[in-house]
Amino acid sequence: MTATVPLGMPAARSGGSGLDGVPALPEGVALGKKDFTSAQEVRWCPGCGDYAVLAAVQGFLPELGLRRENVVFISGIGCSSRFPYYLDTFGMHSIHGRAPAIATGLATSRSDLSVWVVTGDGDALSIGGNHLIHAMRRNVNMTVLLFNNRIYGLTKGQYSPTSETGKVTKSTPAGSLDAPFNPVSLALGAEATFVARTLDSDRKHLTSVLRAAAEHRGTSLVEIYQNCPIFNDGAFDVLKDRDESVGRLVRLEDGQPLLFGAEGAQKAVVRSASGFGVEVLDAAAAAEAGREVLVHDAGADDPSAAFALSRLDDVSMAHVPVGIFRSVARPTYDDLARQQLDEARDVAGGPASDDDLAALLAGGDTWTVG
Amino acid sequence: MTTKQVETLDRVVIRFAGDSGDGMQLTGDRFTAETASLGNDLATLPNFPAEIRAPAGTLPGVSSFQLHFADHDISTPGDAPDVLVAMNPAALRANLHDVPRGGTLIVDTDDFTKRNLAKVGYHTSPLDDGSLESYQVHALPMTSMTVKALEGLDLSRKDAERSKNMFALGLLSWLYDRPTAATERFLKAKFGKRATVLEANLRAFRAGWAFGETTEGFAVRFTVPPAPAEKGTYRNVTGNTALAYGLVAAAHRAGLPIVLGSYPITPASDILHTLSGLKRFGVTTIQAEDEIAGVGAALGASFGGSLGITSTSGPGLALKAETIGLAVMLELPLVIVDVQRGGPSTGLPTKTEQSDLLQAMYGRNGESPVPVVAPSTPTDCFDAAVDAVRIAVTYRTPVVLLSDGYLANGSEPWKLPRVDDLPAVDPGFATEPNGAEADGVTPAFRPYLRDAETLARPWAVPGTAGLEHRVGGLEKADVTGDISYDPANHDRMVRLRRAKVKGVAVPDIEVDDPTATRGGPQDSRSEVLVLGWGSTYGPITAAVRAARKQGLSVAQTHLRHINPLPGNLGEVLRRYPKVLVPEMNLGQLALLLRGRYLADVTSCNQVRGLPFTSTELVEAISALHHAPARSHHEARAVHGEAR
Ligand code: SF4
Repeated sequence: MTATVPLGMPAARSGGSGLDGVPALPEGVALGKKDFTSAQEVRWCPGCGDYAVLAAVQGFLPELGLRRENVVFISGIGCSSRFPYYLDTFGMHSIHGRAPAIATGLATSRSDLSVWVVTGDGDALSIGGNHLIHAMRRNVNMTVLLFNNRIYGLTKGQYSPTSETGKVTKSTPAGSLDAPFNPVSLALGAEATFVARTLDSDRKHLTSVLRAAAEHRGTSLVEIYQNCPIFNDGAFDVLKDRDESVGRLVRLEDGQPLLFGAEGAQKAVVRSASGFGVEVLDAAAAAEAGREVLVHDAGADDPSAAFALSRLDDVSMAHVPVGIFRSVARPTYDDLARQQLDEARDVAGGPASDDDLAALLAGGDTWTVG
Repeated sequence: MTTKQVETLDRVVIRFAGDSGDGMQLTGDRFTAETASLGNDLATLPNFPAEIRAPAGTLPGVSSFQLHFADHDISTPGDAPDVLVAMNPAALRANLHDVPRGGTLIVDTDDFTKRNLAKVGYHTSPLDDGSLESYQVHALPMTSMTVKALEGLDLSRKDAERSKNMFALGLLSWLYDRPTAATERFLKAKFGKRATVLEANLRAFRAGWAFGETTEGFAVRFTVPPAPAEKGTYRNVTGNTALAYGLVAAAHRAGLPIVLGSYPITPASDILHTLSGLKRFGVTTIQAEDEIAGVGAALGASFGGSLGITSTSGPGLALKAETIGLAVMLELPLVIVDVQRGGPSTGLPTKTEQSDLLQAMYGRNGESPVPVVAPSTPTDCFDAAVDAVRIAVTYRTPVVLLSDGYLANGSEPWKLPRVDDLPAVDPGFATEPNGAEADGVTPAFRPYLRDAETLARPWAVPGTAGLEHRVGGLEKADVTGDISYDPANHDRMVRLRRAKVKGVAVPDIEVDDPTATRGGPQDSRSEVLVLGWGSTYGPITAAVRAARKQGLSVAQTHLRHINPLPGNLGEVLRRYPKVLVPEMNLGQLALLLRGRYLADVTSCNQVRGLPFTSTELVEAISALHHAPARSHHEARAVHGEAR
């Protein structure tokens, strides 16, 4: 992307690691899962998908080689937002929907922290929708874990902005009326630089996505399909069942052709006939018709292909891409903000002294009495 | 050249009025700067519509700027203008009723066409129909004179007309013998890159001055000698600028970076503008997506060890309420600046009011106490901001700083503080564990273990090894900060948070009571005490002076701290059976005083969007003064403090 106005500042660091500037542990020192586990008793319902994600995060964090004290988890309100209490890092369990805004202030003022936001479909997409889209637009260096269980759990089972239309819940006995958000489409539309989807039950995939998200400099949005056994049990079962999932899960791998499905029944993602979207065809038929199998390019500057992929997923979950939809480098808001401060300081010849403050207060138009 | 007679005045009130596109605010600002540099005491009152450019020539589109300057200490922009400069019929119509008979009108006649007159309801021109006979009228074609002065410049007539405000400024500068060099410098700095525009403004300004000097229409020229002032270096400053500088100065002295999270809103936006230009001082400004995100970003930054600040007006304060409640729970420093305006809802965005007091005090769910600090004058905005930062940092608490539209845009001379004299608050970040695990040996961090004196909890910022901890909006267990639903713990925590705010150190109020200080018996006192808060200070001070001149026995005191209230306030209220509380709301402080002290104070309220006039306050003082006194017994009963 090129700026239309010359900003007169050094080229922003972009494409660096999301962890640049965050102090690492000394050589030879390593932490384990235990070190990231707090003493707080975990209180989700038995069988909740949140357990698996917590275990994966606790197990994965040591890999980053960071000091615990430089890791911060900020959450909103909802079942998953209890997350920070269970991690022995710095944490804030804030208020409904506002975690991205709070994290923006923290990340902008502290380049030495690895900032994580934990949120749910209601928290991020309903009450906090505005903050989420603006965080992604600004590209603040933080990783957002969006637990999507397509239901309100903490308030006991009302439909959420990702629930399928017609959902019968306590608040919609005759079925819900509103069309759901597709969080990946939304994020791509909001100029997000890193967008991924994974599943609570696939530890290996989850961990690999988390790793890439943490490494990404900018706002990383990770949608995690999470099961709520109490109020929306089995919402993602078709993606978890070994047989069912094969023909549905489209595993996105950068540089790889978008082929999936069981051997002998392989499917291919091709450009749709209209030319704008993508569609799924039987791989053999596609080859015969000379339809080119799309090769996934997460780094494409133009988000159109990623968006088209995101549209494959609907409530029927016939074809659900998982993995990294998009990962592109763009200067982050917090880096640019710090650069402006540094530059102002450099131009003025160093940090402000008491004399500089006195000069500021005086301004240009003073008079003296006596 | 005629020799002009020079007359010396002790004070003058001038009001510049024109269309909102006529540049009246700039004209007023420049005249103020000239006046300030001459050493007069002064006070200003800008008054403009909410619309950026309301339809030209209409009454709602009139913008004005009033300036009171004197050779002595003054405290208000003046009740009524001695001189009205009206640039069109609408400006005359909208402002004439404020000018006392005998006052001076300087009117630009070029716009007095039939159509323009009809637009504002004049059937005949007031310049010709005799209706202005009791005023001294100077009817001048200022626009055409401006256009004539700019002949030869590459400008359309319309563009040339735009400099008429500088013509008016030049004329008034001559009339009141103001120095002009600074205005010329200002114009050069503002228009330096646009040579023709600069030339036009300079020529118009000089033409106005020359017109005054040569015309016979103005036989007398006036001077207002400098006011005696304390030794020192002075500048003129508006409340919003002083407030922004106070925040920066306090943070600088505390060694804290500032993060301002803010969303544009009238009349607070200038604080965002000012702070966004002070990056050099370690100030980060985040123009957030909404009011809620603004305070959220500020709180997130405070969690990280910066001084989080958010600036807004009443509607924004309403939106920020939940986050302020979170800050109460997290016990982190946070400064919330509310520049009050007329409400409710969108209300009167550009007009002043003091009606957010109860919102600041109580506008949150649960028992959610926050300190409230209110500046009293434009320059006091600096000191009040410094004080708000002191309280926020010392007590780890959100603080509401309640300014208002009158203070925000009004200006007055400011004796510059010495940086060394400003308080330097130590943030006192936690650096190591402050407790031990159950074994009594293993060090542990207790995020809600309080300082014995201030009841403040440790400010333990991310990046500090060994202090990893979690905070949140759920109730905390005392000391450990773990989630706790224990009823007794909640009861204790609610009381602890209240005790902390109650215990914030604030100075006692001083009462200005001439009776008591004249060496009378210990308990001698004036008949009436006038007690105000915030921006009513100027009008109250002027009214009290005037009332005393009329022989009324009046004492005065003013509150900077609304929460907690000064420790001696109850005792002060008990001393005076008659207490007048003027407020630009319908009695919000009065409600607090009655509730807290069972003090039967008398309210004096108006919400017209403008400050009190001292005249109306003198009337209120006089009425209370002459009201029958309560019996001693009765007075005691109603003034006993509720405990
Ligand atoms: S309600 Fe659902 S999402 Fe919430 S903890 Fe229970 S199982 Fe998990």
